[in-house]
Amino acid sequence: MVCPRTCSARRILEDTMKYLAFAAGTLLATAALAETPVLTVYTYDSFVADWGPGPQIEAAFEETCGCDLKFVGAGDGAALLARIKLEGARSEADVVLGLDTNLSGAAAQAGLFAPHGQRVVPDMPNPFGAAGAWDDPLFLPYDWGYFAFVYDKTKLTDVPTSFDALAASDVKIVIQDPRSSTPGLGLLLWIKEQYGDEAAALWEGLADNVVTVTKGWSEAYGLFLEGEADMVLSYTTSPAYHIVAEGDTSKAAAAFPSHYMQIEVAGKLARSDQSELADQFLTFMTTDAFQAIIPTTNWMYPAFAPKGALPDGFAAPIGAEQARLIPADDVASIREEALAEWLAVLSK
Amino acid sequence: MLTLENVMIRQGDFTLGADLSIDAGARVAVIGPSGAGKSTLLALIAGFFAPDSGRIVWNGRDMTGDAPGARPVAMVFQDNNLFPHMTVAENVGLGLRPDLRLGPEEKARVEEALGRVGLGGYDGRKPAALSGGQQSRAALARVLVQDRPFVLLDEPFAALGPALKAEMLDLLQEVLETTGAGLLMVSHDPDDARRIAPQTILVADGRADAPMPTDALLDDPPPVLRAYLG
Amino acid sequence: MAGRAFQVRRWPGGVAAGLVAMLILGTLLAVALRAEAGRGLGPSDWAAIRFTLWQAVLSSTLSVMLAVPVARALARRAFWGRRLVIAFLGAPFILPVIVAVLGLLSVFGRGGILNVALRFVGLPEVTVYGLHGVVLAHVFFNLPLATRLILQAWQEIPAERFRLAAQLGFGARDMARVIERPMLRRVVPLAAAVIFALCISSFTVALTLGGGPRATTVELAIYEAFHFEFDLGRAALLALVQIVLVGVAAVLALRASVAEGFGAGMDRVVTRWDSGGLRQISLDFGVIVAASLFLLVPILMVVVEGAAGLWRMPVQVWSAAGVSLAVALVSTAIMLVLALPIAIAAAAWRGFEAVGLLGIAASPLVVGVGLFIVIFPIADPFTLALPITALVNAVMALPFALRILVGPVRDVVAGYGRLSATLGIGGWAWLRLILLPRLRGPLGFAAGLTAALSMGDLGVIALFADAETATLPLQMYRLMGSYQMEAAAGAAVLLLGLSFGLFWVFDRGGRNHVDA
Repeated sequence: MVCPRTCSARRILEDTMKYLAFAAGTLLATAALAETPVLTVYTYDSFVADWGPGPQIEAAFEETCGCDLKFVGAGDGAALLARIKLEGARSEADVVLGLDTNLSGAAAQAGLFAPHGQRVVPDMPNPFGAAGAWDDPLFLPYDWGYFAFVYDKTKLTDVPTSFDALAASDVKIVIQDPRSSTPGLGLLLWIKEQYGDEAAALWEGLADNVVTVTKGWSEAYGLFLEGEADMVLSYTTSPAYHIVAEGDTSKAAAAFPSHYMQIEVAGKLARSDQSELADQFLTFMTTDAFQAIIPTTNWMYPAFAPKGALPDGFAAPIGAEQARLIPADDVASIREEALAEWLAVLSK
Repeated sequence: MLTLENVMIRQGDFTLGADLSIDAGARVAVIGPSGAGKSTLLALIAGFFAPDSGRIVWNGRDMTGDAPGARPVAMVFQDNNLFPHMTVAENVGLGLRPDLRLGPEEKARVEEALGRVGLGGYDGRKPAALSGGQQSRAALARVLVQDRPFVLLDEPFAALGPALKAEMLDLLQEVLETTGAGLLMVSHDPDDARRIAPQTILVADGRADAPMPTDALLDDPPPVLRAYLG
Repeated sequence: MAGRAFQVRRWPGGVAAGLVAMLILGTLLAVALRAEAGRGLGPSDWAAIRFTLWQAVLSSTLSVMLAVPVARALARRAFWGRRLVIAFLGAPFILPVIVAVLGLLSVFGRGGILNVALRFVGLPEVTVYGLHGVVLAHVFFNLPLATRLILQAWQEIPAERFRLAAQLGFGARDMARVIERPMLRRVVPLAAAVIFALCISSFTVALTLGGGPRATTVELAIYEAFHFEFDLGRAALLALVQIVLVGVAAVLALRASVAEGFGAGMDRVVTRWDSGGLRQISLDFGVIVAASLFLLVPILMVVVEGAAGLWRMPVQVWSAAGVSLAVALVSTAIMLVLALPIAIAAAAWRGFEAVGLLGIAASPLVVGVGLFIVIFPIADPFTLALPITALVNAVMALPFALRILVGPVRDVVAGYGRLSATLGIGGWAWLRLILLPRLRGPLGFAAGLTAALSMGDLGVIALFADAETATLPLQMYRLMGSYQMEAAAGAAVLLLGLSFGLFWVFDRGGRNHVDA
């Protein structure tokens, strides 16, 4: 997808081969035929999209690794974890990129990941400890952001500034399913963290604001842009995309008293047959070559600030003291309860 | 010689018994009241029904269990004698090889047979493009190439007008003379029987009688036949 | 009876029927064994069951209620283009669901033409997500089916009755009471039952227009349990629930056969003497125009919006189209290999037809989950995504194919069995020379239907596909998901063209060169 025109013939040929093989009922061991080693990285769909970071990162890494980096999109973040569990030992994936700290606990429990063995000092707020501390042995961060509701300034004037205000309003929102999507899970935990036992009551109030619940971030954001809702659950950095890529300043993120963080991480699979290459990729991920691509493709804050300023719209939207996050090890038990409440309320 | 030895068939309330012989090359009409079992008799010989008891013997060989296509008979039905999706030549060719893989010599035989029945040049036509009489001719051309010892006809040419029917019976006679085959023909019309069949089998009251001279039978019919002929 | 008029071979049909039964019952068994019944159903599962039933009740009721005036108008009016309208009523059967959804969005969505119009005149807007959207899409698909079923019943009323009614000076009310209402009392519940059964296992509509815990069908919940949480135990438990729902619905619908909706003989208009005044005439034409607009406009919107997008589609769309084409053709081949022997065997013994009912009672996602459970320990189910899709699509089309084929096969055996037997044509020669040529028409129709259904299907593939494998409907769904609406509309036009094109090619191929 790096070169849609010149590569298209090759791609069609490949696809033709693919279903010819299928039609003949034979299964080709495709990987075994390749001479250069292939590093397979499972990630979420928008990461590999033409406008996402995937194509640039693939090109940058392949310059140095002497390998073929293959990104495989497997739905949204939460579905990504399900997919890895589903494939289990048979997975072709060497690296999974795109889980977040809300999922990494569950991912660690699945026992499929290997320690990265690296010591890193990320540049991001740390709501429960010294800034820069990172002690997860299995996963390394690559970017982060704050969840926020994004709206169109030209269409929505009476912008809610808290969940209570939102619940009381008749503003229409699109959210994501916490079972399939990391923003959806983030919202669930954001509200649970803030409201505790009152979370179910808040969801009762929000239920009539929800136009629909989508499977992933892309669908929700698409519906918002189509005009199907007034606000969409996204990130504080989303308006920057419209400013930088489209010169459109109409989009804004609503400021709430606190914002839940998302730290996106990657990890190496224990069963990987390209273990060294996987380590090399994880190291590459923390360098400028990778990190500089993130802001204007993934529209998130890089976890390791690259040289050079961040683009417009990336100025810190909130103070670090407003950042909220549930520790990875605690998420599992909280998630289960919060999800049961959410399902019970929203299925009424 | 074709022999039905103590043959008995039951279909619900209906029964038919037959214990008779027909000489090779004999031409025999089968007549009798409706529903008496004329068609059943032909179906037994053609192999569409298996008798419940008794044997059907051809020249000393028991053929009771043989498949229809393996019997020494060629058959012409009242209708549906030709497959509508095949050409006339193909329909006739089926009489030589059921898988229709015909060699040049076989193709020539088909051609010749079509010529004999007056359908020369019609080999590429589909049945739908033929008249009723021409369709009957095509069926007879197939009987010609099949060259079996017996030809069975179940009310043939019933759909044709009187003049056309007479023409067909004459053509049938020619075909029989060429191949030397015997004939067993179900008919409603006593004139057909007189015209082509020296002998007649009467089927009535659950029995098929042995063949007897046609003229004698029709001139002095037994009561059951008299009632039928009116 | 001691008849052995023409012995068709039953064993190949037996083997094919056995394979189909094994696939469906075997996957059911796998699902049942894997289901964690002890865990019970959670509140969201019950919500899914309630939603599934409720939307199916609403969809079937609305479809038949709206279909009655349409069918009545078509039954009693003769007009230019009537045949076209009736032929068009058969089209939704092979219309890919995802294409229709896109069309409905462009008409009824928040940015669609209806809401633009409503906003313009200051009326409240309508929403197309959740229950509304699901029911709307189901009515879109099933209104034509209901209309065809009811129209058929209308036209089966003997013309003599209308003559008698005219002679007795019946008014519209007498006509309704004496002639039409008894007919409707018989056919409407049947039509409703068929549509209810179809809506119970609808997946694509729920996937695209439903969503969230509030608008999740059981079929969608199976997908979510499988795809979001990899909770095989729960997926299997939900699959068991779905089997019960679909089974009950299938029993309800058993008496009415789906394929009857294609039935011929709807071309004639029964001559009636109660054509009524101008009011009735304008009412009838109003109804016909409204129904045609409801069905046509969304499709036209897709074509109009997509024609521009055709040249702006990513290359994945074209390769997905190739994949879909291959899957559709393989699926059609599998269907023929299964359906033909079963139809032949069914000509000898009707019991073989029952295997078709199994296909109706099974839902693709249940079979898909079952296959996953069975295959997973031996091989990687994801690499088998396309063969599995082709197989499941073929089995799902089998009931329709058998309905189309069994009658004609029986006719060939009855009409030409003795002639074939006396000429000694049997086995392969019979198949090659007699049956297949005689069966070209129905075979072409069945193959066209299967190919089109497979082309447009978005079911099992959604369970098994990885990012690199996509059929055209799935690729289109992904484009819609990532807000590439223009490319999605282009893909929709391509999909629409391929589905109808495949049907046309096969159906035409079957009907050409048929003699007598």
